[in-house]
Amino acid sequence: MSCVEQLKYKLYLERTSFKEARDYIEKNSDEVYYVDPGYKIFKDYYIIGVPPVAMGVRGKEMLFTYVKPCHGTFVMGIDSEEEIARLRENEKAKIKKSLKSGGLKAQADSVTAPVSFADVYKR
Amino acid sequence: MSEGKKALLVMGCPEVPVQMSMVIYLAHKLKKSGWDVIVAGTDAAVKLLKAADPESYYVQNTMDLDELIASVVEKRIDFDVCFAFMHSDAGMTYGATFSAISRARLFAVVFGKNAESLAESIDYPAEKIVAKATHNPNPLKNKIDKVAL
Repeated sequence: MSCVEQLKYKLYLERTSFKEARDYIEKNSDEVYYVDPGYKIFKDYYIIGVPPVAMGVRGKEMLFTYVKPCHGTFVMGIDSEEEIARLRENEKAKIKKSLKSGGLKAQADSVTAPVSFADVYKR
Repeated sequence: MSEGKKALLVMGCPEVPVQMSMVIYLAHKLKKSGWDVIVAGTDAAVKLLKAADPESYYVQNTMDLDELIASVVEKRIDFDVCFAFMHSDAGMTYGATFSAISRARLFAVVFGKNAESLAESIDYPAEKIVAKATHNPNPLKNKIDKVAL
């Protein structure tokens, strides 16, 4: 049994499919972050899921999916400012990594409208 | 040729009878071909396995599913092939997790009443072995026998 079950939690969805659980988190959170399966929370729980795995923040509460082989997927909510801060830091680190590898920068460049030769000539 | 290579068999919920039969069969078959085999599952699934094979004749190594996932994520262990047994959405979700965390060649072994629709929902990299089998293991066994490793 994971330590998650020993914490004070709220259940918002029970014994549902992973897709429905993800939809719930996406629709009912103030902030939504996406993590890879295996993302670690609360000391010893490694998130199980089909990527992209949504995790939500609603006030002081973190919403996440909890999967049990014989019972399906649950949406749990646990108050944890520490885990929420870690989630935000993780997102920042992902953006930095993406910028370094040219991911977002390349995307941003490609979004810029192409400059026409006529405009350049006029200038 | 398979000497020293590692195979992982991941059991889903043990409520469908063909699973245990096929896990024991496949573990034994891989072992005979020289693979090092670990079978992982929930506490209930591992207990069922150990009760059926009390002297570990067919399966020598078992592991708790959550501990195994922690070990793979923390890079303490990994495998060359992984067979993820599944008959439900939760099993399919575990398969997706292994697809993401492990470098193993992944086989999704899909069975049970809704095998076909469940197999269609798998959109992560995995080779699918699908049979609508619940009580009779032979349709699944025939497909497993065709897998070339």
